[in-house]
Amino acid sequence: MKDIPENYKFLSSHEWARLEEDGIVTVGISDYAQDQLGDIVFVELPELDSEVNQGDEAAVVESVKAASEVYSPMSGKIVDLNSSLEDSPEIVNSSAFEEGWFFKIEVTDSSEFENLLTPEEYSEQCED
Amino acid sequence: MVDFHGWNMPINYGSQLSEHEQVRNSCGIFDVSHMTILDFKGKDAKEFLRKLLANDINSLNEYFDGLYSALLNESGGILDDLIAYKLESGYRLVVNCATRESDISWIASQVGDMDVSFSERTDLSMIAIQGPNALKVLSRCFNAETTSELMKKRPFEGLMENGTLVTTTGYTGEKGVEVMIDNEKANSLWQKAIQSGASPVGLAARDTLRLEAGMNLYGFEMDEKISPLECNMAWTVSLKDKERNFIGKEAFELKKKTGDHQLLKGLLFEDRCIVRSNQEIFFDEQKTKKGIVTSGTYSPTLKKSIALARIAPSYRETCLAEVRGKIFTAAIGQPRFVKEGKIVF
Repeated sequence: MKDIPENYKFLSSHEWARLEEDGIVTVGISDYAQDQLGDIVFVELPELDSEVNQGDEAAVVESVKAASEVYSPMSGKIVDLNSSLEDSPEIVNSSAFEEGWFFKIEVTDSSEFENLLTPEEYSEQCED
Repeated sequence: MVDFHGWNMPINYGSQLSEHEQVRNSCGIFDVSHMTILDFKGKDAKEFLRKLLANDINSLNEYFDGLYSALLNESGGILDDLIAYKLESGYRLVVNCATRESDISWIASQVGDMDVSFSERTDLSMIAIQGPNALKVLSRCFNAETTSELMKKRPFEGLMENGTLVTTTGYTGEKGVEVMIDNEKANSLWQKAIQSGASPVGLAARDTLRLEAGMNLYGFEMDEKISPLECNMAWTVSLKDKERNFIGKEAFELKKKTGDHQLLKGLLFEDRCIVRSNQEIFFDEQKTKKGIVTSGTYSPTLKKSIALARIAPSYRETCLAEVRGKIFTAAIGQPRFVKEGKIVF
């Protein structure tokens, strides 16, 4: 598995969250998840300005192999979408932790970040 | 890697999409040694296979020519699909690996007192080399004489070179060959083909390639309850020789006469969704079931979602499918999307 960036946290369902400076959290799926899914062909993003709760289904990622829900790791309002995924979903395969981000949330409760899995906890789970 | 009916096979060697594109644009090589090869001999071999198969091997004129056929049960359902070849020693059937055991016991049960015997060729490996550059690759794997002979071959013809059967068949919709070769020689052919520009292709791309080409997969488009009429295989059932009685003939003719059956169609979705096998198909938003998806995928060539579906006969040009609570519209067409690199839907 590729190295997991240190400042990221995870849901056990393979979504990552990265806390930005201004109370914004960027969300994507892990490199392990993209590898399991194989070639990604569609990404369905949430509505801009919609509200999500931690653990809600927020997006769908579809590979040639299977469709998979993407759950929101944090609660808040969707304030930005990575619209380049609509035309080039393969970015998720090539750069899951950086360019392949899905959406950004303006979080309502930043303490939720603490309930997420640390990189160590998450990578242990993937090895099981 | 995945356990595919007892064979350890790669789903992909890297990216299934690039493997798919490699076959459409250049040349791919597939290890299809999981396929079951059965050789038939005996004085009654021909008569036996004319009874066993829905297509008529009498139409095989030259040695090493091949014929696509269904293996039917008495009620006209499909036990398997296969290719039959004419050999100097008799005939060869290449059947699916998933149905290997049921095929062998079915075939054995039909022999009766006919002078025919068959044996499985586990000493042979099978390699497919497919794509617009397949002949170029083959010219570096075989001698000049074999290559020039191969260039003249039309689809479903073949030649034998030192015990290696090379036939112009495949499962991709591209030009190319399938090679049945001694296990000892297979690795060297594989390496030579790769050095000559062929890229290895796994099971996942094999499936998207065959689906784009509108080729059936046993267990999806066909099974023992499905008639050739319902999976675009009626053309492989030969009724030309009225004297020939093959297994399933009566049931097939009856169903053909009543016309009361579904048809295999191709579906193309404009919007982003992927429908998958067993998904229901509707004609209107009342969601009355009118058919079922047999195979569905994202088409790397069309860059859209495609499917094969068994649906009620109709003049309608579109149908609907529900994916994650949303209704998507598909154009209905012939069950074939790509032929030799070109979109034909």
